[in-house]
Amino acid sequence: MVRLNVNGQSYEVGDDVDPKTPLLWVLRDTLGLVGTKYGCGVGQCSACTVHLNGTPIQSCQLPLETVADQKITTIEGLAAKDGALTHVQQAWIEEDVPQCGYCQAGQIMRATAFLARVPKPTDAQIDTEMAPNICRCGTYVRIRKAIHRAADKIAKAGGAS
Amino acid sequence: MSTNERFHPDPYVPRYLQDLERARFEAAKLDRRHFIKLSGLAGGGLVLALSLGPSAKTALAQAKPAATTFEANPYVQIKTDGTIVLFAKNPEVGQGVKTSLPMIVAEELDADWSKVHVEQAVIDIKLYGPQVAGGSTSTPTNWDNLRRAGATARAMLVAAAAKTWKVPESEITTASGVAYHRASNRSASYGELATVAATMPVPDAASVPLKKRSEYKLLGTRVSGVDNPKIVTGQPLFGIDARVPGMLFASYTKAPAIGARAKSANLAEIKKLPGVKDAFIVEQKGDPIAFGPNAPAVASGVAILASTTWAAFQAKKQLKVEWDETDASKDSWKGAIAEAKKIAAQPAAQTLGQAGDVDAAFKDGKTVEAMYTVNYVAHADLEPQNCTAWFKGDSIEIWAPTQTPQAAVDAVAALLGLTKEKVTLHQLRGGGGFGRRLANDSVCEVAAVSKQAGGVPVKVQWMREDDMGFDYYRPGQFHSFKAAVDKAGKLAAYQNHFISFSRDGKATVAGGNIAPTEFPAPLVANQRMQQSLIASKIPTGPWRAPGSNTIAFAVQSFLHECAVAANRDYRDFLLEVMGSPRMAIEGNPRSLNTGRAADVIKLVTEKAGWGKPLPKGRALGLAFHYSHAGHFAEVADVSVDANKKVTVHKIWVAADIGPVVNMSGAENQVQGSVIDGLSTAMGLAITFENGRVEQTNFDKYPIIRIDKAPEVEVHFIQSDFSPTGCGEPAFPPAAPAIANAIYTASGQRVRTLPFRMEGYSI
Repeated sequence: MVRLNVNGQSYEVGDDVDPKTPLLWVLRDTLGLVGTKYGCGVGQCSACTVHLNGTPIQSCQLPLETVADQKITTIEGLAAKDGALTHVQQAWIEEDVPQCGYCQAGQIMRATAFLARVPKPTDAQIDTEMAPNICRCGTYVRIRKAIHRAADKIAKAGGAS
Repeated sequence: MSTNERFHPDPYVPRYLQDLERARFEAAKLDRRHFIKLSGLAGGGLVLALSLGPSAKTALAQAKPAATTFEANPYVQIKTDGTIVLFAKNPEVGQGVKTSLPMIVAEELDADWSKVHVEQAVIDIKLYGPQVAGGSTSTPTNWDNLRRAGATARAMLVAAAAKTWKVPESEITTASGVAYHRASNRSASYGELATVAATMPVPDAASVPLKKRSEYKLLGTRVSGVDNPKIVTGQPLFGIDARVPGMLFASYTKAPAIGARAKSANLAEIKKLPGVKDAFIVEQKGDPIAFGPNAPAVASGVAILASTTWAAFQAKKQLKVEWDETDASKDSWKGAIAEAKKIAAQPAAQTLGQAGDVDAAFKDGKTVEAMYTVNYVAHADLEPQNCTAWFKGDSIEIWAPTQTPQAAVDAVAALLGLTKEKVTLHQLRGGGGFGRRLANDSVCEVAAVSKQAGGVPVKVQWMREDDMGFDYYRPGQFHSFKAAVDKAGKLAAYQNHFISFSRDGKATVAGGNIAPTEFPAPLVANQRMQQSLIASKIPTGPWRAPGSNTIAFAVQSFLHECAVAANRDYRDFLLEVMGSPRMAIEGNPRSLNTGRAADVIKLVTEKAGWGKPLPKGRALGLAFHYSHAGHFAEVADVSVDANKKVTVHKIWVAADIGPVVNMSGAENQVQGSVIDGLSTAMGLAITFENGRVEQTNFDKYPIIRIDKAPEVEVHFIQSDFSPTGCGEPAFPPAAPAIANAIYTASGQRVRTLPFRMEGYSI
């Protein structure tokens, strides 16, 4: 049995789930949190990005047994309990970033952690930070704009994400 | 019959789409003739009479108004609480139609978009006509019907207001979901009018007044995608997110050599692995190599059903299969290149079309010759192929992220020997399409697996390696060109010996054809279009802007070579080829319009500062291409160093797709297409040896990342021509614009897609 802390909620994953199972599949198939996406399974595309103790990480490369009792946040856990979206999520909607939308959970997770660290990034910093995440539809121009927009929103709100 | 009444198919869309469009064209002709009779039918589905002819009768019975909901037609429901539900009829795979098609309805309805709730429509040909995402056809084929759907609903609301207030309908105005009678200062929301509106006679859909473009309030504005709130919060939406109670998760393993069949496997061993519930060999059905949206075909393989996706993937690694390679592909890409070179040196097998005297013009002018090579590519939708199905003995329920749901129903019905009524398909969002999900191989596969498993609900999830290893790839091709420029520097003769692939030695493989009328052939006095074919068993199919996505690179690069040989500026040369404003193919309203082409070429070069001085090793490149009724010209600003390292600083686009429906969506499609164009041009290739694809994941298939993605500046010429789709036509000019810039910057001509094969990197 492995205890998981996902989005502030505690889950007990039974012994019927192989402890080597990547967190991605535990989230999707066992916990029913399907917002985190499978793209490549080999740590190439970052569609599966979640936060582990606040740091963005590819959940397809993260065995269940290594993340017990650590703080995991997924795309489902970003918005407030009352449904209020974060500035990053709001910026994504306002800039109309998604096309197919499949990679965007991963993009938003990485951008959220990035802005917490670098509140006012340049284009070059965005490019370096966001390079692990593939968008097959090529929405990169808008991802840059949305990150700048989110940064402005966060600054106006006094630094709160 | 006038020329406009003749059907002109898009030569580059798959046969399935051509057939749908032909049927729609014929039905519309019928409607025009029998219009009065049909429009006399009563009921909520009158719009259908227009789109479907006599078969609309069956639909009418299904659209009865309910007490709390005014169901004006299959696209519009207005609830008494003020909610407006608009139904999005076509599959959404990232092209934005779930937002843009309802916008068309909302405009004519005069709805308040902030109160509109969009739902994915059920899959039902009787209610909605063809439901398909392909060929950039959603906008042009639905533009008229959807405007009339909105307008008839609005007319009924106006009639309801007039009746309620006992005033003439002509005195009622509407705006943002409210009807007004200004003279008496009365108003009522659409919700308040819904109950009465439901009792109003349905007006004549064909003669209901439509807005003028100048009256549009919503169309042409920037509207954020209707699913964005779900996407940014990770709600279930995509095919892969489907969950059915009691569902098992399955992997499916096909042979490394495409087309081989499973003879035996270590199934007993596999069934003992943790989490595995069942494992079996699935026999090949039909012809899985042939692309066909409604093909009842399954490739032979081994299904492993497990309690989690991971367990099914892990068990796959332990799988040992004996494959029968009798019918398998033995194809070699290296072999194909060698054969193409041989063929190019010989007379072509076929002449597709010709005009004038090419050989005489070659003698008189300065000739230019070049051969272009295009590699195969995979679609690589970020959501790997998957589908969920539950076979229930005499029926089946399917949850599919397909681009062709109706064809999927046909295919599964034929595969399982069921009537179509026994196949229920729930349309889910696709995490990318690009043409891959026009094929329903994954749908047929899961249907076969669910049935063979004894009626277990199951999701078959392909691994990335499965998705890359079996695709209906964009086929490779070769263009062996010869042209002549005369003393005045004009293009005097043009010849293309096109070398493509064929399974049967007669027809080109799907997505691997060239039209005899492909640009610039119809505009050159002396021209010859020829073709030779190489045998192949590699499965191919349409890939974003099929045909055009490769032909544009070869043709626009070669024409640039001609301009260089003539010592001419490419912009001037291209405008001269276009000549006076006219249709490139006389009598074909779907052909290139040289006037619109010239307009976008002039606009994009003006915006990019064509002719401005740039540092050494840096240059602008221009290309134009017409496809899917869209005219697109693009300029790339590119640096290239001595090691062939390329930097794309910026790309400008000028487009004429007629009036733009959703400015945000259209711009997004263009920016994405251009970046996809750059990505594919620089680095993407599928190669194969002995029938085995050599790329398995993104480490060998380098899709571009944000740090190499340039700014893309988009300008639309919103002409009065009918609107067309935008998911594809921005793609083709990107590669040749970049290649032409590389030439101008470095003096090196790139003649291979992807450029990586000639040593370039980004």
